[in-house]
Amino acid sequence: MQLIARSITHAYDTVEVLSDVSLTIGDAEIVCVVGPSGCGKSTLLRLLGGLERATSGSVLISGSPPADSLNPLTYIFQDFALLPWRTVAGNVSLVLEDHAMAAGRRAAIIADVLARTKLAEFAAAYPRQLSGGMKQRVAIARALAVNPAVMLMDEPLSALDSQTRELLMDDLVDLWTDVRFSACYITHNLAEAVRLGHRIVVMSRRPGRIRDVVEIDIPIAERAGRGKELSEIQDRLWNLMREEARAADREITDAA
Amino acid sequence: MPPEMILPNKQDFAADQPDTEGAAAAAPLQPVPFRGGGFVARPRRIIAPLLFIVLIALWEIGSRTGVISPISLPAPSEAAGALADLVTTGMLWKHLSASLFRLSAGWTLGTLLGVTLGLAIGLSSTVRAGLAPLVAALFPIPKIALLPLFIVWFGIGEGSKVATILFGTFFPTVIATYAGVDNVDRNLIRMGQSFGLSWRSIVRKIIVPGALPSILSGFRISASIAIILLVAAEMIGAEFGIGAYILMAGALYAIDQLIAGVALLSVLGLTVAWLIGRTEKWLLAWRA
Repeated sequence: MQLIARSITHAYDTVEVLSDVSLTIGDAEIVCVVGPSGCGKSTLLRLLGGLERATSGSVLISGSPPADSLNPLTYIFQDFALLPWRTVAGNVSLVLEDHAMAAGRRAAIIADVLARTKLAEFAAAYPRQLSGGMKQRVAIARALAVNPAVMLMDEPLSALDSQTRELLMDDLVDLWTDVRFSACYITHNLAEAVRLGHRIVVMSRRPGRIRDVVEIDIPIAERAGRGKELSEIQDRLWNLMREEARAADREITDAA
Repeated sequence: MPPEMILPNKQDFAADQPDTEGAAAAAPLQPVPFRGGGFVARPRRIIAPLLFIVLIALWEIGSRTGVISPISLPAPSEAAGALADLVTTGMLWKHLSASLFRLSAGWTLGTLLGVTLGLAIGLSSTVRAGLAPLVAALFPIPKIALLPLFIVWFGIGEGSKVATILFGTFFPTVIATYAGVDNVDRNLIRMGQSFGLSWRSIVRKIIVPGALPSILSGFRISASIAIILLVAAEMIGAEFGIGAYILMAGALYAIDQLIAGVALLSVLGLTVAWLIGRTEKWLLAWRA
């Protein structure tokens, strides 16, 4: 299944936030979107998953999602979006409860995704008892439970400290090697982008346009040991972005 | 200040590192004074009952020694006597059951209707546009002022009394409920939508639990209002009830009975507050 954005333009009231953005996310492909703050990255992601309607342009699906996918386009949020009144298992269960399935099957899915995200022993814990990294693991487990075709990840590691971020990046690499999900991964962190992205889409400041697309040929699983090449790519990306980021930093914002 | 405290000696520069031990040896050691205390609420369980007992004892002593005249304030022992009379004549249960019935019926109905309308206002823009201003307009009206009207509408019996409490608890509950719905984290709702949860599921599993803290603090307010209105309503056309008992005592200038009645109300209020506290602990255990 492919997710295709076709010349999307979006405005809030009179402020244009995205201008003529076209993007394709292929099978088992991670597309990272980087750009200065306020460039409409998060808006783009909300449009891709149908949480908002674009002013013009369209978001299309090509091919059909896997038959066992309960929610083909699944988000992972920066602030985790876990229900504080539900346990870890309860938070995963939430997204399965609207689908008709035997209780035993639901329990099996929950146990499976918690095991895959190394959370099995925390099933009965409440979110407030967990660290930020663990909370995001719960959110990833919840996303895996519905067997998504495309994961829409909105700065999933930005709320975490840098050590936890490293650990979770490794986990995501392992997970991708295992499941081969496809994803649109929004971030402002170039190190994350070069570690996880097959393609990196660089956006300009508002109104967000695609400035450049950088492809990285190094297989994702091998990237941990090839820091030198990655940091060269990261430098190239930063050179593309530097002026935009500086200008965006000096802008007066009045829109979200 | 001695100069060696300002200027480290030359060896320190040579080592290119502060020589903490050398500096410590040069100047006398003093502990950093602690100044972080206070301003933190700590449980002190004995103080409240102790203060209560001391106040009652002072009052009793004042009455016995004649410092407090029996006309202005009877001794607590006399009020206790009036309370004991109530128990022995069996009137206590009669008054209490009449009041408890009105209180629970009025508060339960008012709360049920209030939560329902509050959710409707919180969830539907149309209902909000129509009814939120109406609620805001009717909330500040003292329901006691409407009591004569309620008597005409619902009769002089139980109807008007329950209705007074019902209307008194209804409005604060509506406001607490829809304020609670408004305060539910929008990201959680968006998360529910992004996973394709049904409208019903989002309301039942995300919005209602998220609004619950606000609804429960609304209960605290509405319960106090209910007790105040209970007494007011029982002062008109009631044979039994704590309010009727207090009114009668006042009319006969039986101040010991009046104080006994007020003490009953206070105990009732404390009990209700305790019950709501327990409910909060149970329903909001996830907050801890």
